[in-house]
Amino acid sequence: MKSYTDKIKEIAKRLLKEDKVDMVIGYRKGTVPLMHQPFFATSEGEVDSFVWDSNCGLNLANYITDRKERIGIVATGCNSRNIAVHVVEGKIQRDQLYIIGVPCQGMVDRHKLAAMAEGNIASVEEDEDKGTITISGQGFSKSVDKAEVLQENCSICVHRNPVLYDELVADEVTEQTREQADPYARVREIEAMSPDDKWAYFDDLLSDCIRCYACRNACPLCYCPQCFVDESNPQWVGKSVDPTDIRTFHLLRAYHCAGRCTDCGACVRSCPVGINVRDFTKKLEKDCLELYGWEAGLNTEQRPPLDTYKPEDPEDFIK
Amino acid sequence: MKVIKIDKNEWASGLEKLRSAYELIGPVKEKFYHAFQSLESGQQPDMDYINTRVSPKYVIYPQSELILECSLNENDEDYKIYKEPEKEYTPKAILGIRPCDADSFSLVRRNFDTEEYKDPYWLRAYASTTFVGLACDQPCPTCFCSSAGSGPYSDNNLDILLADNGDHYLARVLTEKGKKLASAAGWSQEAGDEADQQIEQKKQEAESAIQSSVKTDKLASQSLLDLYDATNAIWEKEAFSCINCGTCTFVCPTCWCFDVQDEVAGKKGYRIRNWDSCMYPLFTMHASGHNPRGTKVDRLRQRFMHKLKYYVDKYENGIQCTGCGRCVQLCPVNIDIRRICNMLNSYDPESCTCEVTAS
Repeated sequence: MKSYTDKIKEIAKRLLKEDKVDMVIGYRKGTVPLMHQPFFATSEGEVDSFVWDSNCGLNLANYITDRKERIGIVATGCNSRNIAVHVVEGKIQRDQLYIIGVPCQGMVDRHKLAAMAEGNIASVEEDEDKGTITISGQGFSKSVDKAEVLQENCSICVHRNPVLYDELVADEVTEQTREQADPYARVREIEAMSPDDKWAYFDDLLSDCIRCYACRNACPLCYCPQCFVDESNPQWVGKSVDPTDIRTFHLLRAYHCAGRCTDCGACVRSCPVGINVRDFTKKLEKDCLELYGWEAGLNTEQRPPLDTYKPEDPEDFIK
Repeated sequence: MKVIKIDKNEWASGLEKLRSAYELIGPVKEKFYHAFQSLESGQQPDMDYINTRVSPKYVIYPQSELILECSLNENDEDYKIYKEPEKEYTPKAILGIRPCDADSFSLVRRNFDTEEYKDPYWLRAYASTTFVGLACDQPCPTCFCSSAGSGPYSDNNLDILLADNGDHYLARVLTEKGKKLASAAGWSQEAGDEADQQIEQKKQEAESAIQSSVKTDKLASQSLLDLYDATNAIWEKEAFSCINCGTCTFVCPTCWCFDVQDEVAGKKGYRIRNWDSCMYPLFTMHASGHNPRGTKVDRLRQRFMHKLKYYVDKYENGIQCTGCGRCVQLCPVNIDIRRICNMLNSYDPESCTCEVTAS
């Protein structure tokens, strides 16, 4: 997306030149297809490495936690919401940031594309006008509509435009309504399962987990100085690949994200074995919306529902 | 060296014959990706696989391995006395392992089998395993085995090397273990005189299909401290995107670090050895609370310095990497060992600069 890339470079150069910021955080082109790299520029020359297209799926809010510099940061809808969560939770000051807002057109699902390829993907081309993605490698080339290979969280997103920004790189994009997007269809399917089926479903979901913690570490919400899985005195969770310990890690991690998760999808994108860990967080997001009318990161003033108390908070679930 | 011809239908029937003497392990398509798994009766390995997500190192060196156990029942005579669990090391055969992955066991062996220390668990599992390799005719864009001391037709650490030749395999039987397996499977048809040449030609084609490489020629002569201290020129910038997950170390066939944990379940105590990762904050955390590698920059530096400098200096046998490319493909934030290897190799401490390559 050349127009976005050019505009990001232009803004970043200006910010550095005018000494408005010490660094600008964006993405540079990855050394492998489908994987751009979070990158910071401190000089105008480095800004030329910045890139923007459908492979910028990691959440840059992850890179500003507790930083002291004045930072320019490229932010989509979900990234800007995580920046807002960070501001609310005191992990960064709003006035340290110059937010370069990107009206987002969605990121492509690298697991889905890898599964479609007849071999290893050597290159990916995006045709903005036609809305297609072409993957190719040794002996194959395949074009698909971008809409078909969007990350699931992007296809059901209702906040594509940044909620918090200092400048936009383009006009806002049209948002889907919640009715159009039906973001909780998958959650409802799981909710409708019998307890036994649910158990089997989650067992199968986590069966490939290698406990690398990429899901946790790619998440801007996971900034605890020491994660509960790393505590040794007392030790809460075993460290082997015992299924009970793996489930404990995933369930507790998800609960820590309740009311804070923006469904940015970085956890799923970073999982090396393709586990849809969003199955956990999406349910909690739905509960927060239904119980408290709450969506995470829409402003920098309100604290999330699970660390505040209001007399009118629902309590029907207490039995 | 003997080359035999194994027709593909003989391959399948031979595997069935092997079952009485060996546990067979091979690549199987799981939900999304291939993995090495124990093959059930009648189940064939999928020899058309490209590569597995996680390396087969866990066949010899499981991610979690019970090494000792004890009774926690006060009435027992051996209350709280740790003992080795009874474990059978029945013969195993890994079928269709890629040469880069097979080669990794010889690198790892330098750590687990030394004059001073012999790791009993690793060595027993290794000794009971026969490695039947499958030469790699379709290297991935991220493969750089040829420049990492291995290669698509490398027979290092293999007992048999298979080359796919259409309706049959040409098999080089390399060791006594390999001979034993081939005869148990009933594979004895000698290939013709041209077999060696056919394999050689396929090898050359495969090697020329490798698109990516690393430069390692200057690593040994670089000053360790200069590389360690290249914080501004290399480490800080490269570590920025790192999220300190363990993906690179867990998918790597040559990462060998482990941690030992005690667990209790009911009236029994278990001592378990788990893979550890230099990316984790607990790695090398001291009991005092001090951590010599307290930041992510330190931890990233540790991983690459270990593979590309400490190992190189200690064993004088190349880098601790076989070029399988898994970490390059799977790193969620695109940290590329090829790029870092070339940076270390070309680093000039006078000017604090190094060559930056795309791949």
